[in-house]
Amino acid sequence: MSRSKVSDFVLDEVTEHVYIREVYGKTLVELGSKYPDLVVLDADLTVSTKTNLFGKEFPHRFFSMGVSEQDMMATAAGFALYGKIPFASTFAVFATGRAWEHIRQSIAFPKLNVKIVSTHAGVTVGEDGATHQALEDIALMRVLPNMTVIVPADSVETEKVIKTIIEHKGPTYVRLARPKFPTIFKKSYGFEVGKAPVLREGKHVGIFALGIMVYESLQAAKILEKEGISASVVNVSTVKPIDVQTIVEIARLTGAVVTAEDHSIIGGLGGAVAEVLGEYCPTPMKRIGMKDRFGTSGDGMKLLEYFGLKAKNIVQAVHELLEFNSNRKSVGL
Amino acid sequence: MFEKTKEISVLKEVARNVRIDLLRALHHAKSGHTGGSLSSVEILVTLYFSELRHDPTHPRWEDRDRFILSKGHGVPALYSVLANAGYFPREDLMTLRKPGSRLQGHPEYDLDIGIEATTGSLGHGLSASNGIALAAKMDGKNIRVYALLSDGELQEGATWEAITTSAYRKLDNLCAIVDRNRFQNDGAMDKIKDIEPVADKWLAFGWEVEVLPDGHDFSSLLGAFDRARRTKGKPFVIIANTIKGKGVSIFENQGKYHGVAPTDDELEIALNELGEAA
Repeated sequence: MSRSKVSDFVLDEVTEHVYIREVYGKTLVELGSKYPDLVVLDADLTVSTKTNLFGKEFPHRFFSMGVSEQDMMATAAGFALYGKIPFASTFAVFATGRAWEHIRQSIAFPKLNVKIVSTHAGVTVGEDGATHQALEDIALMRVLPNMTVIVPADSVETEKVIKTIIEHKGPTYVRLARPKFPTIFKKSYGFEVGKAPVLREGKHVGIFALGIMVYESLQAAKILEKEGISASVVNVSTVKPIDVQTIVEIARLTGAVVTAEDHSIIGGLGGAVAEVLGEYCPTPMKRIGMKDRFGTSGDGMKLLEYFGLKAKNIVQAVHELLEFNSNRKSVGL
Repeated sequence: MFEKTKEISVLKEVARNVRIDLLRALHHAKSGHTGGSLSSVEILVTLYFSELRHDPTHPRWEDRDRFILSKGHGVPALYSVLANAGYFPREDLMTLRKPGSRLQGHPEYDLDIGIEATTGSLGHGLSASNGIALAAKMDGKNIRVYALLSDGELQEGATWEAITTSAYRKLDNLCAIVDRNRFQNDGAMDKIKDIEPVADKWLAFGWEVEVLPDGHDFSSLLGAFDRARRTKGKPFVIIANTIKGKGVSIFENQGKYHGVAPTDDELEIALNELGEAA
């Protein structure tokens, strides 16, 4: 049986589930004292995004902008023009969709130091339904020059990401979600912008994932291991700038790639990895994610199952991919 | 060279030079917004040659007042004013709209030439001005922020989000100016989507409002900016009734010159009217 090597910053077992947006709010509070120039803006979702925690501690540096996402983004740009470090938060669908052109013109193009941290991305929003489930936000932010795009996988990474980006100059988009995420990393996990850590190293298939799908991918790798298939699992938390080197290395090692995301497979992680591999290392791949469709109401985590975004779906994709590869080999391709 | 003044004859001469320079730049570029540049000239000259605390030799001076050209398409007038104030050589105006030039078709954030924000898409500039004004207040800085909006820009919903914010936040360090020239890209505003009653709308949104019947009259502009500075507790808007294409008879109130540069013949007529040999 072929075994894969598990990175030493991955917990052996999940013992807690945490709201990563709450970690965001608490981290803002922690950073508030250290960074007097930190200001936080929100568009009437302060309790949901957890920016209200910062607002309670630092009311004079907290700006509840009302239901005005475009105004919020360009106001954040003004704060950055002055020299402040603005964090602007709301639901992902409004942050990136409603205010996209304000972000493009007033933040990304002039390279302003605005941190857009959205919550409630993906189908895991749940009962609020398709109107509130951003499945395009990674694509919308990734296409903007100068924009850094980060999707943390758990509470440990969320805290590290927020503490890192406050020091990282330039426009940054961070995508958070609504439900509790299983904590998969030890405290020793280190986040670095642009580095995609390999969480497991296996030679048969490379699974690239982000957000909640990193946990599902680790679960899938365990199932595969029992079947004698060793899988690499890579946390592509920085979607942009994407870690081309790691992606190509894993693709070369495995010759089979699966991507997994709670986002449209068009323009998201699946698209980003396909772009890299198409150019540097063409590799057969399968994309797990939302397949050109909108979401629906339902329990957030159960919707992952409903839309085929669980470990078992990744396992199935791996089977299909490996079968495809072996069929190709048998006809001499 | 740059010297601040309230001397109207001096301001008039600056305005004449600014018009000549911007028309030559537009003519050379063979494209750009003639009408809305000419309508803003006196507003910009009053700001840069009298009202703003700024220093063209130290464009990054921390305590400078800020000016945001929310109507970014009018930037030929701003470039011309900045060049005449000494932010960069007047010859550079001939690089307008050329690849690699700092003087792009719409303004791009570039403090060293006095451009405080990237604008051109309408409905952004007042929000950005609010952000600067809020930050300055937070720091207890005596910085004033000025934003020039087009009247067409008042058709953008996002502008009203910003107008609401300025008033709610009591930004008395903020002064907006509306260049009310009554034309937009497709023609006369009252034939497309009338925005009247403009003054009543700003009033209802909680602003101190001053309407200038003649937005090209320097003494009215100086007086209005003075009252804006002395107004406490709320933001101040100057609705300056202007003439699109002001200063050149063939361009005045001609909607078609919104986004068109002068031809050779038109430039010659314009320069003659402005008392400058072509």
